[in-house]
Amino acid sequence: MVAEPWPGVDPSWSRTLRVPSTASVDPAGTVHRWHLLDNGAELTERGLEPAGTLLCVHGNPTWSYLWRTLLAAGTAAGSAPWRVIAVDQLDMGFSARTGSLRRLPVRITDLGDLTRTLDLQGPVVTVGHDWGGVISLGWALAHRDQLAGIVLTNTAVHHDPGKPIPAALRLALHPAVHGWGTTTTSAFLGVTHALAHPPLAKDVAAALMAPYRTARRRAGVGNFVADIPADAAHPSFGALRAVAEGIRDLDVPALLLWGPRDPIFSDRYLRDLVERLPAAKVHRFEGAGHLLAEDVNVAGAVFDWLGDNAAGSRNTASTGGDTESTNAAQGPDSYVPMWAELVRRAQETSPAVVDMAPLSRTADATGAAPAVMSWAQLADEVSRLAQGLTAIGVRPGHRISLLVPPGSELTSLIYACLRVGAVIVLADAGLGARGLNRAIQGAGPDFVIGIERALTAARLFGWPGVRISAQPLSAAKRALYSVRSSLAELPGGTSPAAGATMTAAGAATPAGGPTTAAGPFPADHLPPEPDPDSPAAVLFTSGSTGPAKGVLYTHRRLSAMRAALAASYGLTSGTALVAGFAPFALLGPALGATSVTPDMDVTAPKTLTATALAAAAAAVSATAVFVSPAALRNVLATTAQLGPGDRDALAHVTLLLSAGAPVPASLLDAASDLVPNAKLHTPYGMTEALPVTDIELGQIHAAETDAGAENVVGAGNGVCVGIPVPGAAVVVSPLDVEGRASGDLTSAPAITGEILVRAAHVKETYDRLWLTERSSARNPGWHRTGDVGHLDAKGRLWVEGRLAHILSTPNGILTPVHLEQRVESVPGVDRAAVVGVGPVGNQVVVAVVETSPGTARPSLAAPELTEQIRRAVANARIAAVLVVRELPTDIRHNAKVDRARIAAWAKRVLAGGRMGTP
Amino acid sequence: MKVLVTGASGLLGGAVARLLLDHGHTVRSFQRRPSNVAGVEDVLGSVTDAAAVVRAVAGMDAVFHLAAKVSFAGAAEEFDRVNVDGTRTLLDAARDAGVGDLVFVSSPSVAHSGTSIVGAGAGPAVPELARGNYARSKAAAELLALAAAGPGFRVAAIRPHIVWGPGDTQLVERVLNRARSGRLPLLGHGAALIDTTYVDNAAGAIVAALSHMEAANGLALVVSNGEPRPVEELLAQICAAGGVRAPRIRVPGWLARGAGTGIEAVWSIRPGQDEPPMTRFLAEQLSTAHWFDQRRTRQVLEWEPAVSLDEGFQRLAAYYRP
Repeated sequence: MVAEPWPGVDPSWSRTLRVPSTASVDPAGTVHRWHLLDNGAELTERGLEPAGTLLCVHGNPTWSYLWRTLLAAGTAAGSAPWRVIAVDQLDMGFSARTGSLRRLPVRITDLGDLTRTLDLQGPVVTVGHDWGGVISLGWALAHRDQLAGIVLTNTAVHHDPGKPIPAALRLALHPAVHGWGTTTTSAFLGVTHALAHPPLAKDVAAALMAPYRTARRRAGVGNFVADIPADAAHPSFGALRAVAEGIRDLDVPALLLWGPRDPIFSDRYLRDLVERLPAAKVHRFEGAGHLLAEDVNVAGAVFDWLGDNAAGSRNTASTGGDTESTNAAQGPDSYVPMWAELVRRAQETSPAVVDMAPLSRTADATGAAPAVMSWAQLADEVSRLAQGLTAIGVRPGHRISLLVPPGSELTSLIYACLRVGAVIVLADAGLGARGLNRAIQGAGPDFVIGIERALTAARLFGWPGVRISAQPLSAAKRALYSVRSSLAELPGGTSPAAGATMTAAGAATPAGGPTTAAGPFPADHLPPEPDPDSPAAVLFTSGSTGPAKGVLYTHRRLSAMRAALAASYGLTSGTALVAGFAPFALLGPALGATSVTPDMDVTAPKTLTATALAAAAAAVSATAVFVSPAALRNVLATTAQLGPGDRDALAHVTLLLSAGAPVPASLLDAASDLVPNAKLHTPYGMTEALPVTDIELGQIHAAETDAGAENVVGAGNGVCVGIPVPGAAVVVSPLDVEGRASGDLTSAPAITGEILVRAAHVKETYDRLWLTERSSARNPGWHRTGDVGHLDAKGRLWVEGRLAHILSTPNGILTPVHLEQRVESVPGVDRAAVVGVGPVGNQVVVAVVETSPGTARPSLAAPELTEQIRRAVANARIAAVLVVRELPTDIRHNAKVDRARIAAWAKRVLAGGRMGTP
Repeated sequence: MKVLVTGASGLLGGAVARLLLDHGHTVRSFQRRPSNVAGVEDVLGSVTDAAAVVRAVAGMDAVFHLAAKVSFAGAAEEFDRVNVDGTRTLLDAARDAGVGDLVFVSSPSVAHSGTSIVGAGAGPAVPELARGNYARSKAAAELLALAAAGPGFRVAAIRPHIVWGPGDTQLVERVLNRARSGRLPLLGHGAALIDTTYVDNAAGAIVAALSHMEAANGLALVVSNGEPRPVEELLAQICAAGGVRAPRIRVPGWLARGAGTGIEAVWSIRPGQDEPPMTRFLAEQLSTAHWFDQRRTRQVLEWEPAVSLDEGFQRLAAYYRP
């Protein structure tokens, strides 16, 4: 059958089969010739007994070729090989051209005819793509007795008749375009093939096109497009509906693999499938598109999943087990809902949340009065919002994207959402516009609550979800943004944002809202409290190591995070804290702490001034200050403006906590003058686990002394981040010679490996990133952080960099942080990135530096600087030093150097390529 | 052991002969000019003279073959006659004379085209791919040598990359001469990483092959200092060691490659022995990366470079300013 070589296809896989048809459109006795790729004969020849069969169904306009990597993997899957049968549907690929219009029910029958003729025995897992997904599910529903699982890639089973179908399909279906675009010419094929990311290799594109070279052979392509049920009147609508509803009853494992860059089968169809198949494993391959099997390693994902299933759903069992073990560590009775303090203090008139007004730039130094919300008002507002959200249809499990700046409004919304069991999606502007868009598309909110700028983005990017405006909007703008409602109009009372219940500082009075009479959180107007193990929040990583990842927390894990913070920093009920760092600010009410948001642009930490910080501290007599290192730098740069009163307010502070990015000891040293009576702490942690460890300034200096004295095993080589916080445990997985963290977990000192953490407050799972989760949780009970480091003999953790950034040289593995510290010790070097260039195991060490005075254009460093830097890191043998104007960093913190990008740039330059900029 | 070194009048051949003497071997040399290595028995002649070759290998236990025509310019036939035919003649004569081991000194350029080499290992020699007559002829010769390898006649190919040191006329003198006369431009941004080999390290690896023929038989192994450096830095350090001002004129890489092709074409039809100031090959060498993976070499030969680049440049400076 193979008339020409198809790259990646073993010729022995290609076979034809004559299949008697039972389809209604065929006269009795009709026999069709099918073409398929089948590794069955190959398995038999090698004496391999398959664990089962993968039945792979392509969509339009591809053919069985799309599944070639699955066939290869099926044979190669060592101890558990799988037979893989990839069919060419009739009128498609190299199967017969029947001359009839084969609609969905007929195609499902056709596939059944084929498997009957094949006499397919044993367990079958269906695999489908595009419209082949629906057909594979139709087969699955008709063969429940042998169905062992379903795999779907970029497909759809349901289209909301009230919504337009994707624009690309509308075009392809348009009478003026349809025949010409799909059949007469190969335009539909060409456009589909162009959806590959990265573009298809020439020979692969040719193979995909091979069966469709003439208009006659393309008739099936056109008929397939014509069979798309764009509305309920379409003849195939009923059959599609039967499949869509039928799969709700499937009790087999399901795997959904998705390429989000698909103009046709977009995320909205994935969300629909997730709703129908709630137990499915889901992985979205950020950056991949419609031709997912061409873009990414689908075979690897499928066989990992098959392996997990075969191991007796080991993965689910272990996650369940982890939850129990970590819960046990926290104690079974320790779960306290996040809103518990709000209920407890619902009658208190002391301030709960304070928003500082913009500092006056005029002579009136006091500026406008801060907006103060008492505990009673906060409880009322949370209650009002919770009832209002419920009234407009928010249900437990719904996802709500909150695009509102930190402050009392966001705080109220967060606790309202948590109380009603909605899942808060917190993506911030620090991800950049592109990153924010990806994050929201990936999380797939059911509701978006945002300020006007967020609504503009929602409209521009077509974000999913019912839109709710944070502020009142004109009718024209409501129409423009398709806004359903605004917070002020939510049923249940008037909004404090409108001014009714906001009072000036120190004059807080209980609000007279309608909920007060019934007490806060009236049970008859709210859903029952959510289950502690139900999802509560999706937070996003900073995206400094690839696209930002969604991280899902349950109520129990959020509650544990609050407990960990309270225990680590003594943040008891009654503390007053300045929240210059948003994530902790949001926990204020849960901690029972009064939180004040200083006057700053929260999306730009550098805008916090010393005066603004002092004013915020003074407003609530704050004892604790949370601030990001970028904000702290600006505060220290503006201390000249501080008056004596400001100094007094700051003298009250007993705890300064800086987090969010690496915090150098020098920065904390400088800050100790600002807050003379405070302990200065910096935690180590990540979106997936915060905090993991903590260290105080004095301990940092002690660690540095130990590192210099070399009298503590393991002290040195990295940044000391202290000891694990109460309830957290840290171990490392040692690196092998190629830099993989493959070693057995150990807490022995001075062994470099990937850092793993176990704590009740570690994330529940990555969101819709099953492969990522599988990898990060592969040691039951532990989260792999992706950071590398080691412990010392005093139990302190030293962070050496990211696992993805280690250098694997012929002389062994090196980690970047310590090398960068050494390079930065050279006078004139402001910031350094040390990266490996070359093949794994044979990399050379390259330093890329920012200098002062700066350089206009990137270049090789001057000989003197190169020599100094080489001498500073004599043990690492630096091959080259490059100077740049500015090292690229993450958007959120402007602190994490993007070593991957720098390494790619250095590799190009040092190979003799264009200099450009990193 | 009685060993023959061909090409002992050259920088590397001389170093190999001296090191073998240090190791207590009886060393004979074979080339057209005297080796000037004390303690070595010189047999003068050319590898293109079969009778002379037979005389040279008589009674030898092992042969180190370094004699070759090394140049950036010249007729293809001349390279083939010396490098390919000469190697064939030597292989035949050595086998006939009962020589047990032969170390063929080759070049990494036998396995690479003009594209950049970033940490690659030693692939098989491909004459069709190699750039320039030298590399092409050495590739063909290495294939001949390794094809002759067997249990009774063991052959290893050692490929040192850009050998330099005190007394080097191939790289150091060329660089210094051109720098002195202002004919050494910097090509492109000068950051391309280049592997080089200090002569003593290359000699060390070559001599180590003799004691590791069991493992090295039939293999081609790349040798360098394992310290790739930006080309601009290397040139500057050579100039500094030689007391010459480092080059300052910068020429874009693409322009140099284009100009090199033109100049090469003119030189190839112009009679005379002098080399063109810039060949395309040289331009490529100086504007694209070529550094290697020699982990296998170190493992097979149980060898490490003894002289670092820094130490090598100090020795070079001492040579020019005693």
